[in-house]
Amino acid sequence: MKKLIVAATCALAMMTGGVQAQERDLRIAFDVPYEPFEYKDDNGELTGFEVELAEAMCEEMNANCEFVIQAWDGMIPGLLARKFDLIMSSMSITPERAERVLFSEPYYNTPGGWFGPEGFSTDVTDMDAMKGKTVGVQRGTTMDTYVTENMGGIVTIKRYTTADDMVLDLEGQRLDVVFVDYPVGEQTVLSKEGFKEVAEPVKLGEGVGVAMRKRDKDLAEEINAALATLKEDGTYDTIMKKYFAYDIKM
Amino acid sequence: MPDFIAQWLNQNDIFTAMTIMEYWDGLVTTVHLVFLSLVIGLAVAVPLAIMRTVRNPFISGPVWLYTYLFRGTPLLIQLYIIYYGLAQIEGIQETFWWEIFREPFYPALLAFTLNTAAYTTEIIRGAIVSTPHGEIEAAKAYGMNWFLRMRRIVLPSAARRAVQAYSNEVIFMLHASAIASVVTIVDLTGAARNIYSRFYAPFDAFLFVALLYMLLTFALVFAFRKLENHLLKHQRPLSS
Repeated sequence: MKKLIVAATCALAMMTGGVQAQERDLRIAFDVPYEPFEYKDDNGELTGFEVELAEAMCEEMNANCEFVIQAWDGMIPGLLARKFDLIMSSMSITPERAERVLFSEPYYNTPGGWFGPEGFSTDVTDMDAMKGKTVGVQRGTTMDTYVTENMGGIVTIKRYTTADDMVLDLEGQRLDVVFVDYPVGEQTVLSKEGFKEVAEPVKLGEGVGVAMRKRDKDLAEEINAALATLKEDGTYDTIMKKYFAYDIKM
Repeated sequence: MPDFIAQWLNQNDIFTAMTIMEYWDGLVTTVHLVFLSLVIGLAVAVPLAIMRTVRNPFISGPVWLYTYLFRGTPLLIQLYIIYYGLAQIEGIQETFWWEIFREPFYPALLAFTLNTAAYTTEIIRGAIVSTPHGEIEAAKAYGMNWFLRMRRIVLPSAARRAVQAYSNEVIFMLHASAIASVVTIVDLTGAARNIYSRFYAPFDAFLFVALLYMLLTFALVFAFRKLENHLLKHQRPLSS
């Protein structure tokens, strides 16, 4: 796939050669699997909402893009160590992250969703009722921050590295309820027998942006311009409708 | 708290009193977990090591199989099997076992204990097997029976030979306990990972926790040196 993209962009560059003065080389990092944003399809090829958006963005910017797989834990260190130039892996914009990296304008925002077993009937906003319950979150996510700040000391918070481990513990009844990025919960929890959405989704944070090194200010402008074009000309909507039944546009 | 430390804490974004408390809780959990698994592991390992040296294959065989299995697989895999595997057993949630295995602490304790007991069994077995024949013959000449011989001669003598290898096992166990954080236990490593993911400062979070592990290790090394000095007093050259 990588080769194909490089070949395609090369061919495109040759066809339009001379029109554009120079081309950028960009390496974009994704943490897979994080369905439906980035995952490998049945043929083992990288695909998903953010991957397709990245492809469209690269085309719009006339850049040579290479896709890199990077585990979430090492995302920001890898960026700062110049292993890649952009992160387009559902990284929510937070003040703490903005200290380390430069964010583009947000390109989507999904709410956090509460998922639990069929029998779960507690109101998650009622702190008295939630007392002593065990809540699972993914470590370092905006959902983690939300639960830590609003329910710390009331509920027991269990932090997981991957959503898979968390869902295993929800199935094994070690967790009463999980608070997870809505589309991820939809894919991993709701697809299983005996689980449901237990509360209204919660809008969190400022959305997801492309992260890059702080010094790349020119690049940020180019990316913002490209994303704005994609949002206006309908490309963004086409890609979004392929993956989502609801609106995540920002 | 001395003023300069308080001042430094106030200026520091990451090492606030709150994160220091998280590290402290992690330290307590790590020490708790490692200490319990080592004590139980040693208590289990001594009888197993004796069984392992018995000639009867129906007694030594199962122990051999146990140490072979637990030394032949990574501790992380054993922890995954016990933590996630047990939860998958149909109906376990309705039994009293679930009270124990619901929390991550006991599955981790079980995995660590079984693992360290396997290694310790082999260490002690090696020490028992290498008991000089003369010592045993002398004990027999005194008319001691098997039990008395074990208690008075073989085990004390084996303990002296095992202590150095065992101190290594203790330190390895401390370091191996870092994997407890993968099953949601907030031990030292778990605290470091939480703080890292909150501030995105890998150096600060992990260097600090490395320092804490190092301090624990030095304390262990010091304690074992004292113990060795005590046990091996008879081997020291006479001082003037």
